[in-house]
Amino acid sequence: MDILRISTAGSVDDGKSTLIGRLLFDTRSITDDKWEAIKTTSKRKGLDFTDLSLLTDGLIAEREQGITIDVAHIYFSTPRRKYIIMDSPGHVEYTRNMITGASNASVSMILVDARKGVIEQTKRHFYIASLLRIKHVVVCINKMDLVNYNISVFEDIKRDFEAIAAKVGFEGQEVKFIPLGAKDGDNIVFSSANMPWFKEKTLLEWLENIPVTENNKTAPARFPVQYIVRPHSNGFHDFRGYAGKVESGSFEKGEEVVILPSLRTAIIKSVYINNEEKDRAMAKESVVITLENDIDISRGDMLVKSRDGFKQWGELKATICWMDETPMIAGKMYWLQHGPNRVKAKVIAVNNILDIHTLETGTEKKSFQLNDIGEVALKLAKPVFADPYNDNPPNGSFILIDEFSNNTVAVGFVREASSK
Amino acid sequence: MSNKHFPRELEHEAIYILREVAAQFEKPAILFSGGKDSITLVRLAQKAFYPGHIPFPLLHIDTGHNFPETIEFRDWLVKETGAKLIVRYVQDTIDQGKVKEETGKYASRNVLQTQTLLDAIEELKLDACIGGARRDEEKARAKERVFSVRDTFGQWDSKKQRPELFDMLNGKIGVGENVRVFPISNWTELDVWNYIREEGLKIPSIYFSHEREIIERDGLYWPYSDYLNTMANEVPFKTKVRFRTVGDMTCTAAVISGADKIDQVIEEILSATISERGARIDDKRSEAAMESRKKEGYF
Repeated sequence: MDILRISTAGSVDDGKSTLIGRLLFDTRSITDDKWEAIKTTSKRKGLDFTDLSLLTDGLIAEREQGITIDVAHIYFSTPRRKYIIMDSPGHVEYTRNMITGASNASVSMILVDARKGVIEQTKRHFYIASLLRIKHVVVCINKMDLVNYNISVFEDIKRDFEAIAAKVGFEGQEVKFIPLGAKDGDNIVFSSANMPWFKEKTLLEWLENIPVTENNKTAPARFPVQYIVRPHSNGFHDFRGYAGKVESGSFEKGEEVVILPSLRTAIIKSVYINNEEKDRAMAKESVVITLENDIDISRGDMLVKSRDGFKQWGELKATICWMDETPMIAGKMYWLQHGPNRVKAKVIAVNNILDIHTLETGTEKKSFQLNDIGEVALKLAKPVFADPYNDNPPNGSFILIDEFSNNTVAVGFVREASSK
Repeated sequence: MSNKHFPRELEHEAIYILREVAAQFEKPAILFSGGKDSITLVRLAQKAFYPGHIPFPLLHIDTGHNFPETIEFRDWLVKETGAKLIVRYVQDTIDQGKVKEETGKYASRNVLQTQTLLDAIEELKLDACIGGARRDEEKARAKERVFSVRDTFGQWDSKKQRPELFDMLNGKIGVGENVRVFPISNWTELDVWNYIREEGLKIPSIYFSHEREIIERDGLYWPYSDYLNTMANEVPFKTKVRFRTVGDMTCTAAVISGADKIDQVIEEILSATISERGARIDDKRSEAAMESRKKEGYF
């Protein structure tokens, strides 16, 4: 049983919650008591329909204002796989929430109102999906019922979107277009009788067939050490295990690894997945690795293989998105957390900041405010062992933490680095 | 809801989170209620630190209104795993005059236990409390972070939640603050049951069909006990029931069921038309009952 994580963003009126509600309904994932509860609330609010956004807008403030503020997690499953939808608000002031929701997704679901076509918000969602290197994008052209299921409306929107994809997208990204009518369930789970001209898979059929485990054999082996297991118990007196999650690639018993930053080498003695000894550990698995020789290794160090190449970066160029109410202060020290490795960092240059409305970068603005996206140069007090995000996403992102408020103030994507 | 297998990715994710807790905090504890979700947490912690011991104690906030079967099970599990158990009692908080026992038909100690928990956090200087809450349980929980920062009063502020990106967890906190950690956030009720089945975990007997005295109130079957204030027309009767979710005896309703094997329990959940929290009397107080309690420091 695998898990497909989908991010979606949108505002109340583009039919997003109706679409999600449909998926839940048609896969029989909503129970009677939850349905009754939102029906009652809808009536009390004087609505003449059952407002499915009440399912996901869980906070008092959200229901008061009728808007989605925070990322909500919605779960459903089919006999084939488990789905997690990370649903975030779509407006520009919630860019950080969109990035948060998209950060764990392998599919981005972008909604377009068939009457309105591609709008600024559509472009922004696609920009974020591409920034995060989300490979599978599905453009749901919704409310087809309101344009008489007209094929030319669908074709026009598709053409407009493809023009943007050519500029913002990346090689290997798959963009799929599906005409939908969320209200009546057209092309969501079942094929639409109203749109016989659309012969391709329905939304759910398409989701069911996305490969979840991407072929990762060529990815470099990266194992950040999270925790040292030293039991000191009977039978395990000399046991010294390195616990962590394989970020990318794989590690096998008997292989030689290089330890960063010490650059010492060692042979893998054993690989434990939970309490079982295995031959190899794959990406995304939480494991414990033991080595043939005793080496001083601590949290934040990384096991790699020499054949994959590796670097220790002292300076980074990165795209960051600012996520805090307090603007970034150039020259101020922040904590940079890359996996379990936390080092002090300082912004030494602001190279450019994106205009989120036009998606053009500019060099005039020099300070990051909430939701700003742009490129900076960072100087690090100690090295990190990252890869450029576009080469190896699992090992290419970091967060910045304010050392006084302790808040997570930014997310970053490594562009290039130097060992200075 | 139709998956019959447990997605192992969820276990890897939970173990990763537990290891982050051990690495980033000085005095964490597992909030242990004796229910299936906290039993799952204990198993995950065993695996996360194997062959070492679980590096956190179990903290049980005892309302005094427990099902005896849960307490019996708790003591068995502690013996079996060698984990350290710390118990703090709501009765003591009442005796100290910090909270007042509720009266009337719906009297429960569910809300009172928040104070006992906050006192325990302060007394034991806990900086992280690991809980078995899941996002699919309830709409306020759907917005919860994996590392949920609470202020010095233990309060949750939904508007000030830290963004959580990729798998990076920021456990940095100020003096007096603490973090609630939810390693099984992304599990559904069915995932937990499939995990229990696949791992062969033992759970308290009340999760399976048994004969019990119950009363019917507000369309729910309440377990009859000395702790429950009953009205003259509420006459207890005996029938075969089981519990789908377990809190204490005054806030958990039973379901009529003959399922006495885990496969049957799972079949029942697969065909259920009522959600798990539908049997939680504590959630029915108001539409925002959970969010309000969380703001006060409930987990």
